[in-house]
This record gives sequence, structure tokens and C-alpha cells, in this order.
Amino acid sequence: MRADRLNDTFAALADPTRRAILARLAAGEASVTELAEPFAISLPAISKHLKVLERAGLITRGREAQWRPCRLEANPLKEVADWVEGYRRFWEQSQQRYDRLDQYLRAAQGKEPPEDQQPTDRSGGDPPHDRQHHR
Amino acid sequence: MSDMKVVADPGTHEIAITRSFDAPRELVFKAFTDADAVRQWWGLNSTETIVDQLEARPGGRWRFVQRDGDGNEFGFHGVYHDLQAPERIVYTFEFEGMPGHVLLETLVFEDQDGRTQMTDTSVFQSVADRDGMLQSGMESGAAESMDRLDEYLARG
Repeated sequence: MRADRLNDTFAALADPTRRAILARLAAGEASVTELAEPFAISLPAISKHLKVLERAGLITRGREAQWRPCRLEANPLKEVADWVEGYRRFWEQSQQRYDRLDQYLRAAQGKEPPEDQQPTDRSGGDPPHDRQHHR
Repeated sequence: MSDMKVVADPGTHEIAITRSFDAPRELVFKAFTDADAVRQWWGLNSTETIVDQLEARPGGRWRFVQRDGDGNEFGFHGVYHDLQAPERIVYTFEFEGMPGHVLLETLVFEDQDGRTQMTDTSVFQSVADRDGMLQSGMESGAAESMDRLDEYLARG
């Protein structure tokens, strides 16, 4: 179920006009006419984009007013962010493990740490100072 | 920035990490096979590492424990299958928080004019295990499975 949702979300996001529409809606609800304004495309073309966004659950459209305002729905975006976050964590953990090996190897050879190493990184066998959690 | 690369082709059981180090491969080999060296670098910045066992010979066991700032301990263990100083180490790897999910890791160290090019290849038992590791890391994967168990138990 979640994979299907992600497919729909990424497909909906894979278009610059639709991303621009979402960016506009992040600032507050808007009518179709208002959303169409910055683009050199027709209202029906905008409506098509809105349908894709609506199907992916990224926007909802009000029923109360005749102009049916569009609203951003953040949940599918959060699922995308969570999905990316997992990969970021794996990448950073791998990077950190081997940064630590790199520091050990430098210290064992009496070499200075490279300039881009942050001072909070520890080298050698000191007890850990940095208590950040990476899980 | 380091030159680390991670390759995980879709649908395969593998993750391959490559990275170079400014050290001769004898020293890199020692960093993986000497208990005092492992204690100094293995693990994350937020943990300290206790080397419980390290028998660097084919058939020898290894067991390292990571302890975080709250005193939580995470054990990892496996068996060495092949050690050829200074170029190759092959061992199994199992996180004790997810018993039964064993991977086979091969480290290859190539000499490049005094520097070392490392290739770290992990082969998982299934594509799902591999993807689970990629998507959350071993420890958080275990934490998530415990959350799922909690949910299951809560449903009665």
C-alpha cells in the first residue's frame, strides 16, 4: 500500500509545474485561476495537473465555495521525506564509520586530520564526547 | 569530503562500498584485525566499542559491542572465513538485535602508490534484507521491528 502511494506521489512530483503549484499552495489555499496566473499554459492544462495532484492525495479541493479552493495536503510529502530519511541515515552511518577509520589511520601514522574534519569528530581512542543519536 | 561510493543495484542481494584511505594497506588490515585498533574506530561517534572477541583466523569468532550514551548495548558477531594479510578479509556479520539475518562481508584492500583502495561488499540473504539495511540501517531496522511487535501485541 505504501509503495503504491509512493509511486503516485513521485509520479505527481515529477513535473516542474506541479511542484510550482505545491510551492504556491504551501503559502495558503488558492483558486484554479490564481494557480494558473504565473504559468503560460491554459486553464484546462492546469486543471489536468490539479487532477494528478488530487489523485496522489497531495491536494484537496474545497466544495463549500464555487471557486473550489485548492489546499496542500502534507501527508504524502511526509512519506516521501521518511523514505529519503532512511537512505540518508544509511549513508551517514557508513560515512561516519569510515571517517572514524580514516581518523584512526591518520593518528596511527602521526598525520594531522584533514581540514574538512569537524572538530567534534574524535580521533584515536578518546571516550566519546558526541552523544548524538543516529538511530 | 571522502570519495566514498555506495552501489546497490535494484533487485540484488548486495551493497558495495568503496573508499580510499591515505594509509598503506598493512595498516588498514591491522585496523580491522587488531582488537585495540578496532576498539578505537569501530562504531559511530555516539557509541563506544567493546571488543568482546576477535580471533583473526579462518574459523575464528568476532564479537563487538556498541554502547551508546544511555548505556544501551548493541552486539554484533560473526565468524572469519578468510584472512589474507594485507589484502582480503571475509567474515559473516550478524546484528544481535535481528538474529537470523546474516550477511557475508568481503573487504578487499588494493595498494595505490602507498594509499589503500578499499572495497567492502556485503551479500545479504534476501533482497528484502538488503533493502531493509539500506532504508534504515541495521539498528533502526531492529528498533522498527520491535515497534511493529509492540503494535501487534497492543492489538491483542
